[in-house]
Amino acid sequence: MSVFLNIDNVSRLFGPNLSTGEKIAAKLGGNVETRAVRAVSEVSLTVRRGETLGLVGESGCGKSTLGRLIAGILPPTSGSILLDGTPVMVDGRKVTTRVQTVFQDPFASLDPRMKVGDTVSEGPIAHGLTTKSDAQGYVANWFERVGLDPVWVDRYPHQFSGGQRQRVAIARALAMQPDVLICDEPVASLDVSIQAQIINLFLELTCDLDLTCVFISHDLSLIRHVSDRVAVMYLGRIVELGPVDQVFAASAHPYTAALFGSVPKLVLDADELVHFDTIEGEVPSPLSPPPGCYYHPRCPCATDICATTQPETQTVSELRAVACHHFKAVLADKDPDLTSASTSVSAR
Amino acid sequence: MREPILSVSDLTTHFFTRAGVVKAVDGVSFDLAKGEIMGLVGESGSGKTVTGFSLLGLVDAPGRIVKGSVKLNGTELTTLSDPELRARRGHEISMIFQDPIATLNPMLTIGQQMRMAIDAHEWLSKRAADARAAELLTQVGIPSAAARLRGYPHEFSGGMRQRVAIAIALLHRPAVIVADEPTTALDVSIQAQILFQMRDLAAEMGTAMVWISHDLAVVSSLASKLAVMYAGRVVEQGPTATLLRDPRHPYTAGLISSLPAMSQPGMPLSQIPGTTPSLLSLPPGCPFAPRCDRATKACGTAPEMTMEDNRGWRCFHPVSAFKEATV
Ligand SMILES: Nc1ncnc2c1ncn2[C@@H]1O[C@H](COP(=O)(O)OP(=O)(O)OP(=O)(O)O)[C@@H](O)[C@H]1O
Ligand SMILES: Nc1ncnc2c1ncn2[C@@H]1O[C@H](COP(=O)(O)OP(=O)(O)OP(=O)(O)O)[C@@H](O)[C@H]1O
Ligand code: SF4
Ligand SMILES: [Mg+2]
Ligand SMILES: [Mg+2]
Repeated sequence: MSVFLNIDNVSRLFGPNLSTGEKIAAKLGGNVETRAVRAVSEVSLTVRRGETLGLVGESGCGKSTLGRLIAGILPPTSGSILLDGTPVMVDGRKVTTRVQTVFQDPFASLDPRMKVGDTVSEGPIAHGLTTKSDAQGYVANWFERVGLDPVWVDRYPHQFSGGQRQRVAIARALAMQPDVLICDEPVASLDVSIQAQIINLFLELTCDLDLTCVFISHDLSLIRHVSDRVAVMYLGRIVELGPVDQVFAASAHPYTAALFGSVPKLVLDADELVHFDTIEGEVPSPLSPPPGCYYHPRCPCATDICATTQPETQTVSELRAVACHHFKAVLADKDPDLTSASTSVSAR
Repeated sequence: MREPILSVSDLTTHFFTRAGVVKAVDGVSFDLAKGEIMGLVGESGSGKTVTGFSLLGLVDAPGRIVKGSVKLNGTELTTLSDPELRARRGHEISMIFQDPIATLNPMLTIGQQMRMAIDAHEWLSKRAADARAAELLTQVGIPSAAARLRGYPHEFSGGMRQRVAIAIALLHRPAVIVADEPTTALDVSIQAQILFQMRDLAAEMGTAMVWISHDLAVVSSLASKLAVMYAGRVVEQGPTATLLRDPRHPYTAGLISSLPAMSQPGMPLSQIPGTTPSLLSLPPGCPFAPRCDRATKACGTAPEMTMEDNRGWRCFHPVSAFKEATV
């Protein structure tokens, strides 16, 4: 399959947002934070049509920022993002409606004073996907598609449950007839019993509508369930990328291994004392990432080279890539027969 | 059986709102022995937090404990006066709140807040109090703790603030800790550290815990017993591994089978249909009935807790992994 979404060497910095006074103070050598946050750093990725790419990593590693860059909500500081060969943004303005986003908190992302029917029809009318007079039927169609009763179009967001609000948010995104859907923690704020309903809806719609997806979540079991490939981020960089079953079965980056190892698993044996694999140390500040490999201060496999030289992204196999000096040793440590993540996580 | 340190029976807490009576906690009973950890799971709004608040006597108007008993080390807490309760809170029983931001005062340094928490129950010199505070911060994994005491909450990351809240709850080595979703906001890697420390604490110091969470995997790796709440009631309780392997209540069974790990990748997840009922307009009888595929006419009356060995469930038509139950 051909490349559909091409993310080429994209970086995004956030400046410190100084006031004039602070800028003067900084010039005079005052104690003012002038460094920029590198939220996303030299990320290159391709996504094929119809594929779902999972994006995982610790809080603050840049998942949402990358999602917003791809969606054209935020301009990159450098690099380019092409959808089907054309940029999603030109001069800092979004120029496509083909990428839409579903966010974590549907309550925050829906206008509380607007009837949900109008929320869903607003974009399609503005972009000529439907007309004012046809809007009612258009919205009803999408409501049915996401499992909402069309008679609810005149309701306001607070009159819905969390799961229903997320369905409204999905209807709003899909009504724009996108090719690409960015889902940023779409079920994290929902009830456990409702999460499965929304995930099933997602699986059904992505398949029926042939959607290409970027699915952001910190829930690894969910990522494994919905994704074709997974990208693991650490401090703004992609450290590992590959087909989800292969990465879960035998991760090539020590961080991936540690991340998988620290996820609690369902224990069904009363006498089993669970061993919690913990990652030593904290995520370093994105203001002052360490030299060399960003992960080296916490990495059990680190050697001298890791402290000085940033690892290049290398190809592991046809579909897999990893940025680690010692990935061969990490992979060799693993029993090649292992297929389940729960037994393959200790990289040491 | 060991003498329970915390004994809760028929705990019932209602909120008397203008719209009607919210039966947030409706007849909750459980015992907790020294060093024992009980997981409390359930739907959002099912009454987990209000149960925790009720244990500590923290329910404010329009809410009130209308019935039941909470015995801590033999002392009945529900009839204590406010000052008597305050003397025990933080000292014998403490709570880690769902929202750590709300626990900490943004205007005071972490050290000042920890010192205040110490002063509330015992007299220590400033230096001794700081030493105790630093020791606890180190225990919950905050590096260079002594220097960190001079920091304000906004200088800490979310995960670090959560750990400060945990350290404050541990200050007086209480006999019982109610932990309300203490790791939900944390990264998996930090969560693993905290779970590890909490389990050690229970084992070494004999601290008993009520661990509120919606994450079955977390609970299964930490808690030896489990209570599942739905619409204010405990619908199933018993040893964690037993419940997860062989649930009896259809809601528990539905929760477990909806986990992604229980389905083939890419295949639809098993789902519980419908939505959570409003506590203001609960159906008569079993509150789960409208969503339950096993419901019959019998479910129009509320099921009592059926006890069998060391477990119990509230359901007329219990599920069984091993045999199909009959009415
Ligand atoms: N508008 C902004 N201004 C300044 N810094 C920002 C902004 N948005 C994000 N950042 C910073 O960029 C980094 C990445 O943030 P991002 O929200 O992308 O992380 P994330 O991986 O989505 O985390 P989480 O899992 O917590 O949602 C963080 O250090 C964050 O503080
Ligand atoms: N002050 C209050 N006044 C009226 N109703 C209240 C009040 N506090 C809580 N409730 C109600 O009590 C019920 C139980 O709430 P509780 O916070 O215990 O739920 P929970 O199980 O902790 O949910 P979550 O998982 O979302 O934290 C809810 O229906 C809530 O609306
Ligand atoms: S009592 Fe009836 S409705 Fe309730 S859970 Fe059991 S079978 Fe279902
Ligand atoms: Mg995010
Ligand atoms: Mg709660």
